[in-house]
Amino acid sequence: MRVVLAEDLFLLRDGLVRLLEAFGFEIAAAVESGPELDRALAELEPDVAVVDVRLPPSHTDEGLQCALKARRARPGLPVLVLSQHVEQLYARELLADGTGGVGYLLKDRVFDAEQFVDAVRRVAAGGTAMDPQVIQQLLARRQGDDRPLARLTPRELEVLELMAQGRSNAAIAERLVVTERAVAKHTSNIFAKLGLEVSDDDNRRVLAVLAYLDHGR
Amino acid sequence: MNSGRFRTRAWGTVVAAGRGFVLAVVAMTVSVLFFCLSLVSIALIPVGVGIVTTPYVLTGVRSWANWRRVLAAEWGGQRIPPAYRPVREDANPWERTFGMLRDPATWRDLRWLAVDMTAGSVTALPAAVLPFYALEGLLMPTGLWWLVAGPHVDHGPYWYGFVPVQGQNTAFAAGALGAVLVVAAYALTPRLLHAHFRLTRAVLAPSRGELAERVRVLTETRRDAVDVSAAELRRIERDLHDGAQARLVAMGMDLGTVEALLDKDPEQAKRLLAHARQSSAEALTELRDLVRGIHPPVLAERGLGDAVRALALRLPVATEVTVDLGGRRADAPVESAVYFAVSEVLTNAVKHSGADRIWIDLHRTGDVLRATVTDNGKGGARIGAGTGLAGIERRLGTFDGVLAVSSPAGGPTLVTVEIPCA
Repeated sequence: MRVVLAEDLFLLRDGLVRLLEAFGFEIAAAVESGPELDRALAELEPDVAVVDVRLPPSHTDEGLQCALKARRARPGLPVLVLSQHVEQLYARELLADGTGGVGYLLKDRVFDAEQFVDAVRRVAAGGTAMDPQVIQQLLARRQGDDRPLARLTPRELEVLELMAQGRSNAAIAERLVVTERAVAKHTSNIFAKLGLEVSDDDNRRVLAVLAYLDHGR
Repeated sequence: MNSGRFRTRAWGTVVAAGRGFVLAVVAMTVSVLFFCLSLVSIALIPVGVGIVTTPYVLTGVRSWANWRRVLAAEWGGQRIPPAYRPVREDANPWERTFGMLRDPATWRDLRWLAVDMTAGSVTALPAAVLPFYALEGLLMPTGLWWLVAGPHVDHGPYWYGFVPVQGQNTAFAAGALGAVLVVAAYALTPRLLHAHFRLTRAVLAPSRGELAERVRVLTETRRDAVDVSAAELRRIERDLHDGAQARLVAMGMDLGTVEALLDKDPEQAKRLLAHARQSSAEALTELRDLVRGIHPPVLAERGLGDAVRALALRLPVATEVTVDLGGRRADAPVESAVYFAVSEVLTNAVKHSGADRIWIDLHRTGDVLRATVTDNGKGGARIGAGTGLAGIERRLGTFDGVLAVSSPAGGPTLVTVEIPCA
């Protein structure tokens, strides 16, 4: 799997290259600035891009802007955005086109190599990887006034949280130490209670949940 | 081709009339009230009661004057910088009362109240009355003359301006005069209102002779700014020292022990490694919170508008944000000051108001950046010693910013922050 990596701090870039190579990824390019990233994304056609939000030369949200631009040119281009801080505002912009293949994680998540690599693979396959902090902020904001959300059991809330992060039923089952069938049952309960349309497609399911949490209905 | 411009102009006339009406009414009521309260309170100082009440009354007068400063800037384009001496937060009522009474700005406020409730309301009134009076004249020939003059014809004519209205013919004359007045209102109303604001400015603004006073205020706000930033640095130092730094030390120790244990007790070494990783994650979280308190990353990356939007998304209360900054970014210190002021106001609203809706409006007109935060909570917020709002006011002082709070008991609360930005 070919990866384009954009990160301006040498130590982190180097660490990420080694980490990804150790897990069998091929690094197509490891760049350190916005313009370089633009070129790499346009010319190398990677399977997934791992991008830091803040890049030179402007040191603003240049990485995010490059990623969004590349996805407009090539809809569905898998992009995993890394940042020192997570903002719902950015998550919303990444998810806005509704095509999936999007990740948005705190840089700390790199500490858990396996989970991080799992997130990269998931995004490359068209799935979603949202940072637990984003989901917790969304839930905290919605729980105040959302009646359907209040009807969920604590277990169902847990499943919803993991589902919103982009995990599959199998992964959720492993995390909560229950069977996949139990998770499937929770999932269909959640969808019924929130009034969402059930979908067999994992990715579409995640996007529906995220849209619900962000805007309600 | 000019119908669009005509319509805006006509709408401007109506708006100016409404504003004139509001100003005339508040000048005649609120200013009178504050004027009387201040006189009574100051008169009661020898008895003792005044020492307790005067700071409250004068603080009320200041926030009322600040409101009118905001209105003068927003409706009349007249910027009136405030020049109050800051009152120490830990001052006792005695120091507070006499500190305020020694401030020339207090006496300027009182003089302004007296002018505002008389000349102020008189100058605001024509703007409110002229358009309606003109309309009355226009309507005379359509039968209105009968309503106003018909039944009382024995008591003499009804005077519309200099026209004695007695019948249809004189009603037409009144109509003609009305038409002239409509043109006059169309041309003059917004300018009439300016007379009011110029008067407000003349009385409320520090005069040229008070340049020395201005220098003094600058000295004091500069001292405040130095105090505030020194306190900030101390807080950051303490947070780093007790937080991230301590965790890094613990991590280093864990790693040292791991090195020693690697061969002897791999199980224990593994546990310590997990612990070290945990420490590093916690150190990162603490650093992240610290950075957010110094200069929020979104502010650096996206500017004030999006930073406030991101802030609103973190609130547990439904919040609407409208931003119109004309696509320009203000200087970083100004952006930061407005951001933290809005953030503090929002924290207050969420904590104390019990509101379930908040509206934030960011707006830049010319060289003034204005942020308004409205909530539908229970009101009762005030700028008092030790409250978050007083802290905001102190910090805005460095930028010649104004804080205005309107928060009647029962709500709604409306907080306006205004800061000049070149």
